[in-house]
Amino acid sequence: MERGAKRKRYLLGASAVIALALASGSCRKEVSTQGFLAEDAAQRVYVPPGKYDEFYAFLSGGFSGQVAVYGLPSGRLLRVVPVFAVNPENGYGFSEETKALLMTSHGFIPWDDYHHPELSQTNGVPDGRWLFGNSNNTPRIARTDLTTFQTVEILEIPNSGGNHASPFVTPDTKYVVSATRFSVPVPQRDVPIQSYKENFKGTLNFIAVDPQTGRMKIAFQLLVPGFDYDLAHCGKGPSYGWCFFTSYNTEQAHTLLEIRASQNDKDFIAAVNWKRAEECLSQGKGQTWPAEYYHNVYDEDRHLAESEVKREVTVLEAAACPGVIYYLPTPKSPHGVDVDPSGEYIVGGGKLATVIPVHSFSKMQKAIAEKKFAGEVAGIPVLAYEATIAGEVEKPCLGPLHTEFDGQGFAYTSCFVSSEVVKWELGTWKVADRVPTYYSIGHLLIPGGDSQKPWGKYLLAMNKITKDRYLPTGPELAQSAQLYDISGKKMKLLLDFPTVGEPHYAQALPAELLKDKVAKMYPLEKNHHPEVTRTEKDARVERRGNEVHVYMTTIRSHFTPDNIEGIQVGDTVYFHVTNLEQDWDIPHGFAVFGSENAELLIMPGETRTLKWTPKKAGVYPFYCTDFCSALHQEMQGYVRVSEAGATVPITFGTGK
Amino acid sequence: MKRWLTSPRACFVLAGCLPLVNFVLPLWGIRLYAPQYPEGISMYIWINRITGQLDLVNGLNHYIGMKAIDPAGIPELRWMPAVLLVMSAWAFLVALLPRRLLALSWVGTYSVLGLVGLVDFYLWEYDYGHNLDPTAPIKIPGMSYQPPLIGVKELLNFTAVSFPHVGAVALVVAALCGIVGVVLLWRQKA
Repeated sequence: MERGAKRKRYLLGASAVIALALASGSCRKEVSTQGFLAEDAAQRVYVPPGKYDEFYAFLSGGFSGQVAVYGLPSGRLLRVVPVFAVNPENGYGFSEETKALLMTSHGFIPWDDYHHPELSQTNGVPDGRWLFGNSNNTPRIARTDLTTFQTVEILEIPNSGGNHASPFVTPDTKYVVSATRFSVPVPQRDVPIQSYKENFKGTLNFIAVDPQTGRMKIAFQLLVPGFDYDLAHCGKGPSYGWCFFTSYNTEQAHTLLEIRASQNDKDFIAAVNWKRAEECLSQGKGQTWPAEYYHNVYDEDRHLAESEVKREVTVLEAAACPGVIYYLPTPKSPHGVDVDPSGEYIVGGGKLATVIPVHSFSKMQKAIAEKKFAGEVAGIPVLAYEATIAGEVEKPCLGPLHTEFDGQGFAYTSCFVSSEVVKWELGTWKVADRVPTYYSIGHLLIPGGDSQKPWGKYLLAMNKITKDRYLPTGPELAQSAQLYDISGKKMKLLLDFPTVGEPHYAQALPAELLKDKVAKMYPLEKNHHPEVTRTEKDARVERRGNEVHVYMTTIRSHFTPDNIEGIQVGDTVYFHVTNLEQDWDIPHGFAVFGSENAELLIMPGETRTLKWTPKKAGVYPFYCTDFCSALHQEMQGYVRVSEAGATVPITFGTGK
Repeated sequence: MKRWLTSPRACFVLAGCLPLVNFVLPLWGIRLYAPQYPEGISMYIWINRITGQLDLVNGLNHYIGMKAIDPAGIPELRWMPAVLLVMSAWAFLVALLPRRLLALSWVGTYSVLGLVGLVDFYLWEYDYGHNLDPTAPIKIPGMSYQPPLIGVKELLNFTAVSFPHVGAVALVVAALCGIVGVVLLWRQKA
């Protein structure tokens, strides 16, 4: 008790020190709970055993290629969903059924850099149907189905490089947009790097999303000058019909960008009128260009992903469609571009700027009507800065990057250099509060914070550097997320926790939107996998030349067949394993000795295939890897491999 | 109208209608709970079928060597609908021709059939619970797994809860209607 009281006094004292430290412009870490007693913070984030969190946040894993799902406010890790990276844990990218998802025009790619999760929206609010995500390295957009938490579609984006300004949805998920961060020769070809200005182009891509199935299709690529298009957000309410893309490197440097791309006082936010683009396309102003890109779709009835190679894409040149794009000058190499819930304000995150510039959509419309142009770049009108700007937040912080909104008239901007979150008021542009992060925040998240109706309540900072925050784990340290209470006037730090990979962006929505529509299993009668085995009677082994197909079933607690003979060195063996269980939360696993592959995890009613090429004669055990039942340890079998040319016939069975 | 409603005829119209409920609702319900099945597993016994998570129940029961519950192997499920239809028709006949003997014999036959049904149900449960495969993985000396006819019973990690469903309640109410009808008939004639 005595010690607790002392600690409280210490904390209150320390928070005063923090306030002073901030006022003097420096930023030192003294204590982790500004103005908030540790016990109170603990209560705010406590979720009793067996209860769900109020919100679930989808944090990209960055270079982990995955997305991690955390409960808020508890910070409990719920699940890691593989998207752009293979996942030996469940066989994603290893099983025959899922390999096609990671196919590209450059072959099978087992890894990518997942930056921005984006929830599908209906009426301007996340609807809990799908989660889109971008791969930064080899440009692709993925769609994860939130009824199964499985990645079900990956679309490659041609004529693009560094797919960073991606994937951001319109309020009705009519489009998801993407853009080129690293401009490339378009179409891609062998040219000197020195010829950047002449040959390199950017594309702003509009991908149409089918409202029922969620399937994506590139509607058009808007061809633009070769800048680095960094981030995007689409308009809503009055600005519906427009999307906004930041750019840097309007200097068009191709080497030493840290200096050469930081020379212009202002770069641009590209404002794209996609309704105008639709008009131009319907008037036949688009061009069909040859291209090669993969469209990979997972068919839930067939439990199987298949790739389609697309051979052409619709390109719209800005010059062919006047009015489709305007540049808004924005200081200084802007990073994020965020549209407030009303749809009127467009906030630029000028990462090297001393202000946070806010453009007004209505002023922009007026400036266009009155032709208040400051010039033109490659035929694209540049609007006068003064004509579109609604206000500037003065001296907000150093290195403003991203802004989210609470729906109560406040905006929250992350500041990388000064390592803090700044809360400011829309309209007055006055800073209302600031709070440090540990350390160097990148993106931030407020549940629904980029939508028309933010849920507010919490803010999650995603930090790039952690140093002394956790037990050091060698030179490679964890990244972190920090949760703040934003329900009051002052932001209060509640919790911080290490994350999977490096989270870039994240989005969150209430558990209510997910909990009742998540699938519990796959109905066996709807399993139309071409190699399904629906009953144990149908289990069998078939030889087709050098291929052996094992049609296997699993049910507690045995495989059928569990003894297999007649396989020879030089054969390629396909285990097509169907999990006959129709019970909630009873997956089975499958692994075979010496397999140069991952395991399979097979959900109830699902079929998965493992390819195995045995190298040496012998008898090899296989077993269930997912603790399924009281007799899980007994769930095992043997496969006999004979020398090539042996006369051992194919035989199989269970309990024979 | 009011007099007709309290007449023996009305009683037997009800006694004829109520059993027909069993063509749309189950007779009996059994639920099984376990630590890893907090949501419970349901099984419903109808006059002509067994519904619910039968495959799951059979899958779990193989550990203790209980034979699979196979509706095709239970002849009662084939002839119970016919018996019910006959009893309903008989009740309607009593409503048309409200004779004491005809009514009394309906009540007698109906009650005997009901008791036979319960005993039969108990015997099936006894058979499933005791007639176990000697090669079963889980064998506990002296343990049997007969579910309760009515009520709650612990069976290893499972709590079995067995209660009449709407169908059985309708059958009992039909019997009571028949009895009231007979009593009214006796009073009228006396």
